[in-house]
Amino acid sequence: MTHPCVVTLDRKSAPRVLFAGDRLVEVDLPAGSRVVYPKQPLAGLKDPDAAIRYAINHPYNSDPLHAKLFPGMKVTIAIDDISLPLPPMKRPDVRERVLTIVLDLLSDHGVDDVEMIIATSVHRRMRDWEVRHIVGDKIFNAYWPKRLYNHDAEDPNGMKSVGETELGEPVVLNRRAVESDLIIYVNLNLVPMDGGHKSVAVGLCGYESLKPHHNPRVMRKCHSYMDPKSSELNTVVVRQGRVANKALNVFTIETTINNNMFDKPLSFLHKNEDDWSGNEKLAFKAMKYALDRTPSHLRQEIFQRVPSPFEITGVFAGETEAVHAKTLERCFEQYCVPIEGQADILVSGVPYISPYNINAYLNPLLVQVMVQGYLHNMYRGNPLVKKGGTVIFMHPCSDRFDHDQHAPYVEFVHRLLPETRDAMVLHKKYEEEFSKNPAYLQMYRKGHAYHPVHPFFMWYWGEAGRQHIGRVIVVGADNEYIPKLLGYETAKTMHEALEMAKDTAPKSPDIMCFHLPPIMMGEVSIPKGAGGAS
Amino acid sequence: MPASYFDVDGTLVRTNLVHPTLFYLLNQATPGRTLGRIAKALLDAPRLAYAELRDRRLFNEALYEHFRGMSEDRLLTLADEAFDKVLKPAIYPYARELVTRCHDEGHEVVIVSGALDFLMQRFAKHIGADTVIANRLEFMHGLATGRMIPPVVAGPTKAVLLREHARRNGHDLEQCFAFSDSYSDVPMLSVVGHASAVNPDAALSRLARAHRWPILHLDRSP
Repeated sequence: MTHPCVVTLDRKSAPRVLFAGDRLVEVDLPAGSRVVYPKQPLAGLKDPDAAIRYAINHPYNSDPLHAKLFPGMKVTIAIDDISLPLPPMKRPDVRERVLTIVLDLLSDHGVDDVEMIIATSVHRRMRDWEVRHIVGDKIFNAYWPKRLYNHDAEDPNGMKSVGETELGEPVVLNRRAVESDLIIYVNLNLVPMDGGHKSVAVGLCGYESLKPHHNPRVMRKCHSYMDPKSSELNTVVVRQGRVANKALNVFTIETTINNNMFDKPLSFLHKNEDDWSGNEKLAFKAMKYALDRTPSHLRQEIFQRVPSPFEITGVFAGETEAVHAKTLERCFEQYCVPIEGQADILVSGVPYISPYNINAYLNPLLVQVMVQGYLHNMYRGNPLVKKGGTVIFMHPCSDRFDHDQHAPYVEFVHRLLPETRDAMVLHKKYEEEFSKNPAYLQMYRKGHAYHPVHPFFMWYWGEAGRQHIGRVIVVGADNEYIPKLLGYETAKTMHEALEMAKDTAPKSPDIMCFHLPPIMMGEVSIPKGAGGAS
Repeated sequence: MPASYFDVDGTLVRTNLVHPTLFYLLNQATPGRTLGRIAKALLDAPRLAYAELRDRRLFNEALYEHFRGMSEDRLLTLADEAFDKVLKPAIYPYARELVTRCHDEGHEVVIVSGALDFLMQRFAKHIGADTVIANRLEFMHGLATGRMIPPVVAGPTKAVLLREHARRNGHDLEQCFAFSDSYSDVPMLSVVGHASAVNPDAALSRLARAHRWPILHLDRSP
């Protein structure tokens, strides 16, 4: 039986409303197309603070947190950065709740030597007001910037080797964390790719430790990276994480949230358009009218500044792997939608936001990450689209970058991509050069730019999708140059894109629309006798 | 091996050419001479301001005229003090870090400055630069003539000198880096493969955004 989140359109169906960057666009899809919607949000915990206390007092496969504490010990608390959740959640952020309880506990046990590190890895440094949003005023005022700060993967004295895996993969982590008696990791698990060993082994590491898994060879073997069991990336990270956990005393606290991305007036964006009430239709028309007449930068500002009313659905604490198994269960419960059969043509909108452009514009390289990276990998079992199938997405693909956050991206897109899109060539020929660029490194360390190798990682992120997807067609691009650089075809309308896609699709192609956001994953089964491959 | 070319005034230090010049004017052999030179400099201020607006080279030439008659011995004797009192305290907080990073990556670090060579040599030694390209005063019978020995290191000439240096030392300009705070250094920034605006003035900031050059702040953590 078809899952209620999978809707088959008929001739009377209303147009679907998809994101195209920071605009909303209505598209007509042919009768027979399937539209996959996210599940309704799971119920939030009634008393999150009680759940946090319970979790740290009844941990999985570990002593309770209080039993690990002794006066005079050195504790480092590592915290997930602003790339989670998307968009940022309404205050209090779940990290503030966890930190408040943990810091009180530490204080009660005479632990004064406490530092908090935003585990940014090679992401950009968070700004003070962004940190304040995550940890709350009280903690921010008491700890920032001396005892609450961003990780710096390029600090010559700030990193320390923990060892290496049986395959020789180095594990080099933040020195303060390594030299602590206890590391407490406070996680916010948005998608199944997050958390687990990735928290410490990636969040607190540097370029040397990222190289063994952030490369095209490993990314090609991820099927998908949202399904840890089928992710080579996860396999390598687990190897490194086990080395870290063996050498260090790590207590993991993971939290899950529901997919309640849109607040009340916009909650209809989560629903089947055929089920919209009169008021909801009116609200959409008004919103679309306003957005279409608002200057681009202002639209961006509006979307970026509105936090989401996510609710906490789970808190799990203790030993990393035992905790993460519980977290993953809750994640899959929220996100996985069973789908029968893969699509020949997959249609989706690409919104204004990704984990890598909080308070910045979604630049062309990040559009690529959203399409061939995240959209393609939002599955468990089999990919959403058949091998060699077509993906159609909507986005302006503007040649626009945030100067402060994405400086190295510009050079990657405009100097390297015109030469080659081959991830292996880019990896071998240019990654090292970028990794040593003193200007970019300075911007990463003292400004708010992503590390100079981050654009490479973003390209590799799309590698499995590039290997699997036959064609990518973008609808509504405001230029031809960027889509061409990314290897995409262009169409003016959805109708035109579908006609183009049909040229290489079987007769009566299976068209599936993945109605993102909010986040969801397809759990795709292939009926016996049906075509398609994983 | 690439090279990293650094402008100094405004880029690595917050002072400009006027500050060390003033130090010398204020430290003449007698109070009378000091008064005389300061008075002359004040009278010359409008011409200096006009020169700065027109052309950086003209400004340099006008400024260094004030060294006329100073003995080479005295200039060199006071150079350590001028560096310690004027330049050293004005070095931006993150300047050394950037220079060290360039050095660690195997770059030849080259100072390209309109300031005077004997001051820049001290600065280069302190910050860890390898080579100095700076202005040189002309001396006759041990006294400064107030002129500079060509080429005058300013504006487009910096680009010429940078090219020559790269050619002589086998640096591929495409692989080289240049750092400056000033729009007057656009020629120098334009000849390398990796240009960066550092603490840029408004005009350079606009240009850097248009060219999508990295913008660094060594004076503060933005």
